[in-house]
Amino acid sequence: MSALSSASNFFTSKLNDALGWARKFSIFQYPFVTACCGMEYMATNCAHYDQDRFGAGFPRFSPRQSDVLFVVGTISHKMAPVLKTVYDQMCEPKWVVAFGVCTCTGGFYDNYATVMGIDTIIPVDIYIPGCPPRPENVLDGLMKLQEKIQKGEQSRTLYDPRDPRSVRPADLQFGYTIEGHIKHIESTPTHGPKLTTPKE
Amino acid sequence: MTQTRSMLLNVGPSHPAMHGVIRLIMELDGEKIKDVEVEIGYLHRAFEKMCETVMYTQCFPYTDRLNYVSPLINNVGFALTVEKLLGIDIPERAKYIRVIMSEISRVTDHLTCIGASAMELGSMSVFLYMIKAREFLWELVEEITGARLTISYVRIGGVKADLTEGFVDKTFQKIAEVRKVLIEADELLTRNRIFFDRMKGLGKISREDAIAYGITGPFLRSTGVNYDVRKASPYLVYDKLDFEVPLGTQGDNLDRYFVRMAEMEQSLRIIEQCFQQIPDGPIAADLTGAVIPAAQMVDSAKMGQTEGLMEDEVSLDPTLQGGTKKYYDAINANRKDIVLPAKENTYGNIEGLMNHFKLVMYGHGIRPPVGEAYFPVEGANGELGFYIVSDGRDNPWRVRVHPPCFPIMAALPKCLIGEMMADLVPTFGSVNMIAGELDR
Amino acid sequence: MLTPLQRIQEKFPADIIETHAFRGDETVVIRAAGLKAVAGFLKETPEMDFNFLMDLTAVDYLFFAGGRIQKEFRFEVVYHFFSLKHNHRIRLKVPVDDKAPEVDTLTDLWPSANWYEREVWDMYGIKFKGHPNLKRILMYEEFQGHALRKDYPYNKRQPLIGPTY
Repeated sequence: MSALSSASNFFTSKLNDALGWARKFSIFQYPFVTACCGMEYMATNCAHYDQDRFGAGFPRFSPRQSDVLFVVGTISHKMAPVLKTVYDQMCEPKWVVAFGVCTCTGGFYDNYATVMGIDTIIPVDIYIPGCPPRPENVLDGLMKLQEKIQKGEQSRTLYDPRDPRSVRPADLQFGYTIEGHIKHIESTPTHGPKLTTPKE
Repeated sequence: MTQTRSMLLNVGPSHPAMHGVIRLIMELDGEKIKDVEVEIGYLHRAFEKMCETVMYTQCFPYTDRLNYVSPLINNVGFALTVEKLLGIDIPERAKYIRVIMSEISRVTDHLTCIGASAMELGSMSVFLYMIKAREFLWELVEEITGARLTISYVRIGGVKADLTEGFVDKTFQKIAEVRKVLIEADELLTRNRIFFDRMKGLGKISREDAIAYGITGPFLRSTGVNYDVRKASPYLVYDKLDFEVPLGTQGDNLDRYFVRMAEMEQSLRIIEQCFQQIPDGPIAADLTGAVIPAAQMVDSAKMGQTEGLMEDEVSLDPTLQGGTKKYYDAINANRKDIVLPAKENTYGNIEGLMNHFKLVMYGHGIRPPVGEAYFPVEGANGELGFYIVSDGRDNPWRVRVHPPCFPIMAALPKCLIGEMMADLVPTFGSVNMIAGELDR
Repeated sequence: MLTPLQRIQEKFPADIIETHAFRGDETVVIRAAGLKAVAGFLKETPEMDFNFLMDLTAVDYLFFAGGRIQKEFRFEVVYHFFSLKHNHRIRLKVPVDDKAPEVDTLTDLWPSANWYEREVWDMYGIKFKGHPNLKRILMYEEFQGHALRKDYPYNKRQPLIGPTY
């Protein structure tokens, strides 16, 4: 009995490895390109820093046919429902890469129009910070994604700023939370447009 | 009884043409386009609002990301507008450096535009060649500014760093490579039956319509109107340079392609002339002392050991190089209230340190007089104008960008109505819409 | 040879509130009632021939210079004109108050004004009388308020989906 189950475990784990190997070397991306990071995405895709040697050379511009959603560039609040729809239309297994700091945490566009990190809307697997990230960074992120795909992990981050237990991977390293950031803005009177009494 | 109805097709915000996010709501009768409505605003990042909350020098990173394929032209436009407001002039060498970097940016913009539109028509090789050429130019930009794309290189009153040693030779090599790529692309595309048929006679706009819609740049020049800001109201050193402005005749997609290819060649000519005319490099002044590392200079200055520090040169982190005392006078205006002091003065004496503080602390900084100024610059898509209103304090009161592709997108229905659905792709590609600039 | 500024001063002395040429940019501030007449004059007369409406925007002067400079009206709609033939430019400013901010539209003279005026409506809330299609252009329809006004905080979000910050 135990010999049989350990034999079947051996086969299923080998099968999982094979599936992971096949999936990680045939990545079909959906490049959801909005802004400046798109230029570095194009550069990574082309001759000098080829993405094709990782098996990720063919973008599929339909959510039904792709498995990795590369969100490249700032997402505004007008665009956010579109992003959610595209994510929902993709079939499992799917992964999400947040490319560029605007998609990781919002970048320096802390204003009424920008989503401060797409992990508040859709769950994210890999964060590639940079403004824009160098192609070497992008390839590093792609290799980390491939490791994740090989292991068959589905651990994603969906960040809810109102929930104190929800943290971003970056928050864990830098000890920086949204609440602390907002308190900083409110307590620094010189930040922002001056609608108070003049100092001079 | 058969009934005909037109079909509503949504070419949605996330679409494969790598031009950005825009939505076209098209009413189709079979394959013919009956009506188009253009919806923009999907990349509105509140550039104008953010500029009101930060100081003048801090606006430069925001301007980089406007037209992100030619970031240096946006930087130069903003700097020239603030300098007009302040009423200052910058040294000759800084002007030539700004022109060189602007023209490199213009070439990268046209390469991206033609490459992307060629790819959409099926010619993937031309796209790869043009991106390869763009990489060569980005290596040049990275050598001087430190970054490939979002560079924040220009400062009010000059530029951040001088050109490096051996930059001239590298540039000439890279320009030769870019010229080879342009010849290859020309051989692949210009006499190509498919490319020609898909671009000729489509996306036409008449001269009167283009002027009525306020369109400028290659789009306007392809209809035959000779308007280029560099010739009409020359700024920096464009009046000393000899270049032509290519014009089209028909106003269709093929003319825009030819105009852009010719403009790239003219930009490369401008860069070569600039290197011949540029005034000499760093003036060594009276730097007879040693080269000491920055941390050591700060420590000895703090201890009061300032003997001979005024003649010493400081060796800095690579990201800060190019702005030290050796290069300072050639690339910065001689105004203490506008330009940051040279690093030797910041680290070595208290007056430089105080000068530095007065320019970077909140509540202090560059303070133009109360007033307003508009300065037009020739962007890659047309007239890029900055309109800045100042209230005399450290934040700008209003920064307005006139985006060159805004009127072109407003006139897009005029180019498309009556054409077939498949003609949308080359027409849209030749518009060179950059969402960062359109939606700001 | 009269400059465009001098010609306007000559023809419409009643409508002008102020003129200046700060840093060489000729600027005329006129009353909202006289906008259509002045704009028509700028377009039609051959000596002026302003066939490009280069830019149309607005500025909000609420608490200008920290309150030290008081302007009579809160908003100013700013027009930049350019003439291709004569290669000259002029700036027209029309002050608007915030009780009923409304200005005549210029879409019948220059079709480029269409989208610019939609943007001014979106960002400032200034209505344009006679505009064919005055709706938001940069923000989504459900957005409340006008974003570039000085009393709208720069980071107040109204998300369609997702949290407010």
